[in-house]
Amino acid sequence: MIPAGFEYHRPADLASAIGLLQDHGDEARVVAGGHSLIPMMKLRMTDLGHLVDLQDIGELRGIAIGAGHVTIGAMTSQHDLIADDRLAAVLPIIREASLQIADPQVRYMGTIGGNVANGDPGNDMPGLMQCLNASYDLAGPDGTRQVAARGFYQAAYFTAREDDEILTRIVIPVPAAGTGHAYVKQKRKIGDYATAAAAVLVGTTSASVAMTNLSDTPVWSEAAGKALAAGDTEGCVAAILAAIDPQEDMRGPVEFKRHVAAVVLRRAIDSALARRT
Amino acid sequence: MSKMHITLTVNGTAVEGLAEPRTLLIHFLRETLRITGPHIGCETSHCGACTIDMNGKSVKSCTVFVGQAQGAEITTVEGLVNADGSLGVIQENFREHHGLQCGFCTPGMITRAHRFLQENPAPTEAEVRFGMAGNLCRCTGYQNIVKAILASAAQLNAAKEAAE
Repeated sequence: MIPAGFEYHRPADLASAIGLLQDHGDEARVVAGGHSLIPMMKLRMTDLGHLVDLQDIGELRGIAIGAGHVTIGAMTSQHDLIADDRLAAVLPIIREASLQIADPQVRYMGTIGGNVANGDPGNDMPGLMQCLNASYDLAGPDGTRQVAARGFYQAAYFTAREDDEILTRIVIPVPAAGTGHAYVKQKRKIGDYATAAAAVLVGTTSASVAMTNLSDTPVWSEAAGKALAAGDTEGCVAAILAAIDPQEDMRGPVEFKRHVAAVVLRRAIDSALARRT
Repeated sequence: MSKMHITLTVNGTAVEGLAEPRTLLIHFLRETLRITGPHIGCETSHCGACTIDMNGKSVKSCTVFVGQAQGAEITTVEGLVNADGSLGVIQENFREHHGLQCGFCTPGMITRAHRFLQENPAPTEAEVRFGMAGNLCRCTGYQNIVKAILASAAQLNAAKEAAE
């Protein structure tokens, strides 16, 4: 319950925040909503000397809907994602998934940037962002670079982000009109990370499929998407089952997780196909 | 670690105190400000017993450092009484509908219900259950909490209509 001591910083702009990360190296961490980091600090599983609070950096907030892309500031909360009707009109899968994340209080604070940058395979947004083929803007001392969500996750808590970089924005291509979507999550109770969850997009000539918490990273499978685009649901399921590597834990043994993965994926495919127009 | 000078507005009153950066908002409220309605039921941010209203949001104050709350407007269950000190509508309905037993989750429940009913003034039962899902209760089985919140919604809406 009691975190170790640290120094608190609340920079007003991105350059200052990056400067603090440069000054303090791996002693420093940014805090966004704080709803993964603070729990880890309370259990003394994370040790840091400097906490850099991003809440005053206005450019990290907001949802911009463009013709071909939606850009979401990293500090945009799950609550704000759910509440935004314009976002729900172009990317309804984000509201559907966000409502399955955590609980109301956590959603007021937890941010999309923290969710995708955290690196915990239990988080739901990473698989969804891979399904959507989103990319992340990473701002560092030498400027900003863009990394595809599909290339961002290396292992549990290891991502392509460098220690002195801040994930600032998420850029998501808007799916073609009529694309069916679904985010289906099996969990033990409200607020639990998934036993298995599936993000599915299916259009007339293309499809994309990713799954959550069935490996030490989210799993996006090109083969699964191709199979589904060709109308081959069982081929899609087989491709995902070949790509995942679940571990036994309190949510069940490996065999059960593989079973649940297939069930959840079939449900997501059925739902996405039913919504395709 | 040097202490920070923290200023907040709690239940309409400006308050201040000194705190280490690692101080959680719940501890600052309870131990420095002696506002002991919000409780601590876990160390993993699940139970919601520490729920307060911060800048118009329901927040688990065990998962916020004081520095993050600097300057915030906070309402706790103590601030939800009527101006004359009598029970507020939601508080009265928790009593009327037996929505509490040990009372440990109650301050968080009522503070969360306060925000929930502002966002969704006429909820269904399912919406109440989902909207209250960040608050655990070990005593009631939730049924009477749901009744209390639905009754509060009806009463608040009737009062609003009467005023218009």
